[in-house]
Order: sequence, then C-alpha cells, then structure tokens
Amino acid sequence: MSEAEFEGIVESRWSGGASPFAINSKKLGMWLFIVSDSLTFSALLISYAYVRLETPNWPRPFEIWPAIAKSSFMTFVLLSSSLTMVLGVNAAFKGDRKKTVRYLIATIICGIAFVLIHATEWVTLFGEGVTPWGNPWGTPLFGGTFFGLTGLHMLHVTIGVAYLAIIAWGFGKGKYTAEHVEVSGLYWHFVDLVWMFIFPMVYLLSVNPK
Amino acid sequence: MSSHAQTGHAVVVEPSGFIRKYIFSIDHKVIGIQYFLLALTAVCVGIVLSLLMRFHLVYPGAHLPFVSGGIMTPEQYMALVTMHGTIMVFFVLTTAPQGGFGNYFLPIQIGAPDMAFPRLNMLSFWVTFLAFVAILAAFVVPGGAPISGWTGYTPLSGMGEVTGPGEGMGQTLWIVSISLFCLASLLGALNFIATTIDLRAPGMTLFRMPLTVWGWFVTAILGLLAFGVLLAGGVLLLLDRSAGTSFFLPAGMVVNDQLQPHSGGSPLLWQHLFWFFGHPEVYIAILPGMGVASHVLSTFSRKPVYGYRAMAMAICAIGFLGFMVWGHHMFLSGMSPYSGFAFSVLTMSIGVPSAIKTFNWIGTLWGGKIQFKSPMLFALGFVSLFVSGGLSGLFLAQPAVDNMLHGGYYVVAHFHLVMGVAAIFGIFAATYFWFPKMFGRMMSEPLGKLHFWFTFAGAYCIFMPMHFVGLAGGIRRYADATGTNYGAALQPAHMFMTYAAFITGAAQLVFLFNFFWSLKHGPVAGKNPWNATTLEWITDSPPPIDNFGGHYPSVYRGPYEFSVPGYRQDFIPQNLTPDQAALLK
Repeated sequence: MSEAEFEGIVESRWSGGASPFAINSKKLGMWLFIVSDSLTFSALLISYAYVRLETPNWPRPFEIWPAIAKSSFMTFVLLSSSLTMVLGVNAAFKGDRKKTVRYLIATIICGIAFVLIHATEWVTLFGEGVTPWGNPWGTPLFGGTFFGLTGLHMLHVTIGVAYLAIIAWGFGKGKYTAEHVEVSGLYWHFVDLVWMFIFPMVYLLSVNPK
Repeated sequence: MSSHAQTGHAVVVEPSGFIRKYIFSIDHKVIGIQYFLLALTAVCVGIVLSLLMRFHLVYPGAHLPFVSGGIMTPEQYMALVTMHGTIMVFFVLTTAPQGGFGNYFLPIQIGAPDMAFPRLNMLSFWVTFLAFVAILAAFVVPGGAPISGWTGYTPLSGMGEVTGPGEGMGQTLWIVSISLFCLASLLGALNFIATTIDLRAPGMTLFRMPLTVWGWFVTAILGLLAFGVLLAGGVLLLLDRSAGTSFFLPAGMVVNDQLQPHSGGSPLLWQHLFWFFGHPEVYIAILPGMGVASHVLSTFSRKPVYGYRAMAMAICAIGFLGFMVWGHHMFLSGMSPYSGFAFSVLTMSIGVPSAIKTFNWIGTLWGGKIQFKSPMLFALGFVSLFVSGGLSGLFLAQPAVDNMLHGGYYVVAHFHLVMGVAAIFGIFAATYFWFPKMFGRMMSEPLGKLHFWFTFAGAYCIFMPMHFVGLAGGIRRYADATGTNYGAALQPAHMFMTYAAFITGAAQLVFLFNFFWSLKHGPVAGKNPWNATTLEWITDSPPPIDNFGGHYPSVYRGPYEFSVPGYRQDFIPQNLTPDQAALLK
C-alpha cells in the first residue's frame, strides 16, 4: 500500500458517518473507561511505591507458605477465569447461547472463589493484628497500602461478578448480543490485568527474605 | 436509543410526563440545561461567598447577624475561601462550559441525534447533582464547612476535628462531594469522547469540526485522564480520615499540644496527586472558553477563523502540555532544583500555543466587519482577560520569582483573571450566543451591553490592584492583616477592590434579569439569528427532540465559511452541497 493510499483510507475512516475504528460505541466506551480506571489504579500503585521508597525497613512479612502459595493460587483462579471468559465470548459470537452462559457461569464462579479466598486471607491477617492502621512490624502504612490496593481491586472483581451475572442472564434470555458479552469481557480482563500488577508489587516484593 | 445509529437513525419519541421529560430526561439538551441551571445556582452561591470575604477583608470587626458569635473568626473566613474555591472551580467552571454547553451543543454541532450513551449522560448529571448537595450540606453540619482550601491540602484535611472546626464532618463531606464529582465527570468525559469519535455526520471530518467541538473534545480527554487520579487521591484521603491510615500524614505531628498517632505518610504525595489532576483542571475550565471565543469572534467578524488548523492543534498542544506542569504549583513545597527547572521550562512552553491562539484571534478580527453584539463583546473580553491573566503566569513559572509571590495575592489575581473570570466570560459569550437556539428567544442587547461593560471594567478593577497588593507583600488566606503595618498600608487597595466587587456582583443581577425576562418576553429568534454557519443553526430554535426533525445533515465544507468571495450571501452553512452553494453566487 502506498502512503497516499494509506492516508486516503485514514481520511475516509475519519470523515464522519461511521465509527472510525469500526467498533460499536459501547466497546469504545468500555475502552475509554478502562483508560480512566487504569489511571486510578496507577495513581494508587505509584502512591504505594512513593511511600514504600520513602520508608526505611518496609516490612516483608509474607512467607512462601502459606501467604504466597495462597495468593499464587488466587492468581491462578483469576487467570483461569479470563480463559473461561475468552471461551464464553467465542461461544457467544458462534451463537451458542447455552455454552456461552455455561462459560460465563464458570467465570463468575472463579470470580466468587477469588473474592472468598481473598476474604479468608484478610481475616487471617486481621487475626495476626494487621489492620489498615497498624501491624506487628511497625510500619502502619504497610496495612494501609495492602488493604487499600487489594480492597479496591476486590471491589472491582465484585462489581465484575454482578456485571457478568446480568450479562449471562440477559444473554441467556436473548436480550443481549454477543457484543455485550465481549464488552463485559473487556472489563473482566482489565480487572485481571490490574491483579497482575498488584500480585508482584504487593505480594512478591514483600516476601520474607529469610 | 441505539448508540451507534448512523446509517439508520433510530426514531426518537418524546417522552410524555413531566418527570421523564424534564427531571430524569435522557435528552442531551435537557441535561445540558440542567447542568447550566446547576452552575447558575452554584455561581450565585460562590459570588455571595466571595462578597462576604471581600467585606471581611476591609471590615474585619463588623458584626454580621448570620455569623455565629457575631464577628467572623479566621476559621470561618477560611471556610469561605474553601467553599468559594470548591464551588466555583468544580460546580461552575467545570460544570457550565462542558456539562452545560458541551452537552447541549456538541451532538448538534456534529450532526448527531444525541450523545453516544444517553442514560450514562443522565447518570453523570444526577451524580454531579448529588455532589453539589453534599458540598452544600457541609455548610450546615456540626463544625461547618472545611477550612483546608479548594486544594484540600494535607495534613490539615486528613486529621479530623482536632485541626479545627469544619475538619470533622464538613471535610468528610467535601471529600465525598469531590469523589462523586470525579466519578460523574469521568463518565461524562467518556461519553463526550465516544460521541465525538463515533457520531459525526457524514462529511464531518475532524478538521471540519467547529473549534467549540475541539475544545470540548480535548477537555473531555483531559477529564478522562485527570479525574481518575483525583478519585484515587480522594479514596486515600478518606481512608486517612476514617480508617486510620497515614498516607498523607507524617509522623511526629503535634496539634494542640498533642502528639498525633500517625506515621510514615507524606503530605507531598497528596500535592502530587491533587495537582496532577489540578493543573489539567485549569485547562478543563478554559479550553471550552477558547473554543467559544474562536467560534464567536469568527461569526461576528464575518471572517473565517484565522489559522483554523493551528487553532485546533494549539488546543491539543495545550491539553498535552497541561499534564506535564503540575509541579509548578509546588515550587514552595520543596523540590529538587532540577525538577523545578523542568517544570518551569515546560510551563513557559505553554505560552507558545497560547500565543498562537491569541495571535490567531487577532488575525480573525483583522479586517473583519465586526458586529459588536453581546456575545462578541464577551468573546473580546475573554481574549483580553486571557492575555492579561496569562502574562503573569510567565512570571509565576519562574521558581525564584514564584518563591516570593506564591503565598500572596499576586497568585490570586493571576488565576482569577486567567482561569476564573476569563472562563466566566467564555460562559457569558456562550450564553448570549446560544440563548436564542436553546430557548427560541433573543436576549436583550442593551442589557447585555450594560452587563458586559460593568463586568469587564469590574473584573479589571478587582484583580489588577490585587497584583500590586501581592507584589507589596499582601499574603493570601489571611483573614485580617489590618493589625500589621504592611497590612494596614494595603487597606486602601483592598477597599477599592471590595467596592469594585460589590458593584460587579450587582451587575450580575442585570444578567439574571435579562436571562429570565428574555425566556418569556424576548423577541422570537428564527433558526439562524446570527447568520452563522455551523449545524446547530440549520435546525429549529429550540431544536426538536431528535435535533434535526429526522433530516440529518451531511457536511460539505469547513465550519467558518464567512464572506467567501464571489457569493451573494456572506455565510455558507456547513450542510450546503456544492450545487446548493453555487446558487448563492
């Protein structure tokens, strides 16, 4: 393709009357939301990095067993849910309603499992005296950043579970199209991706060095 | 309604029933007017607060019947400062140009039936409304309004009642309000961007969009990227206050002789998060005004915008650079000289696209057949105030100069001129310009001119002396400096500014009267009372529910084809085909 041809195509795509990206507005809207939400998480992660770098002797309390093993398992569960989500979207575009709903339910179950395991982890930490305002290792902000970051992420997963439930129900009834499923998938993968930043930065960087 | 109906527009049926039509409406035009009325309410509150401050600065000992205790305390004065700033910046300067006029005119100017997500649009407005209720509630809760300024600086804002009245429930409500506002604004921004990208009429290329659309579009991008960050800051600040964390609170703070139980946090972190949002916010307030000024100057000079592409690119450049200069608000907070240098150079570089815009505004006027109608006067006022206020920004961009000026009235004068009053002039220009389209009637010209001259002269009378007060050492946020020698020496200037403020405030009553009187009694406006070219002027005034009565336009030319040589008519609407236009030769 020559440069002139390429420019011609770009110009005709952006000349109005149709979406220049050839996607529907809902999908574009979700992408834009993801941009905005990723800035929110970036701000939190950067704040975490900022206070951590400023603090001498930031605690590194997580033992490989059970804390890291547990969070690795959570990571596995969440990644699996992304796989079932992909399969669900694929089935939706093939028009297989039953299969789509089944995959979506599998995704929802993984999401709920993630939240539940996460909740037991929180309860264990509370039991050890780790709270947002204090902990046995002397840097209260450790708890603040931990619960702040994982809490906001957990909120996103919970909202995602509810969102997917609505989509699964609506798609099963024939109210929603495959594109609705795809857009909900974008959100779900984004929430997964955020965890892929939180897991190394919050857990792996705080593994007990001994 | 289908969100991407371009080839076959969905049939839009007007809802019946008052509530669906005017309260929970999904029509972008109704939502635009709702935003506008919200901003109008907010600006009245904000002006009253500022007049109270001006009054207190010159009569600090006066008995005020509505103040508990009779005489205003410094804390109450700080509460006024905080609430005036918050209400004006968020609920007026952000809400009116973008939420109000952007909502109303962006879809019409690009030839769309509505926003891309009408329901989300309604949600954005009502969340904004909740945010406004929350901030007003801060006045009446125990302890009253917060005292930490519109920037909510920590540690003052992060510790609760121990740091003063208003820091209890009032500050919490402030954070809740701002967080809600962030959420509403980023959803709104998303909607604006999707609409501009997807719903342009056939032929409406990016470089055929009116500059107003460019202004709203880039503003929306800034909002999308900036509000999410302030939201994160708001969440952390709320945790500090209610969950006992110390993100923004350092160790070893002693308040009222009591050691506070915080440790490890950094007040600077809040400043970074806040100003990463706060500086783009300045452009969120002013970019729509720039768009409106360009639009109105061109229409009433009967000339195309000079250097249209440069104008559009300058808006983008200002938006881009606006994200890299937040540090210039923090020169005094302690910063590596190298960072200060970088922020300083980047800040001054914003002068380049700003100068391009100013040059092109003058180029647009040059040789034009200028019609001094009310919207034109306010657009000219916008340019004047933007230049006057912007020039002092170059001084403040120097860390060494800023160190002396930042704590004083010079900064107050600077940002009020360039971001406050200039943006307000943009809003006024838009109001006078589009009122006929929105309500089908013209506003009164003589009253508009009266309003303009008092407001224009008044703005300069208030804020020009303020620069000199700042240079002479007048420190901002002091409730009462009359007890000091240097403070007493500045009182005559303060007196002058206060009188000017009251006169300018009274002049706004002329505007309010004009607005509400013209709604009922103004002369009926036709489709195109200003002989303008863009798409909003080809439809009825006010536009029908689907904007174009089912006849969606295609676009064949740029937005500002005024006085094209060889044509009998001095304007060619964007939707005229070459054949139709040829008939005008």
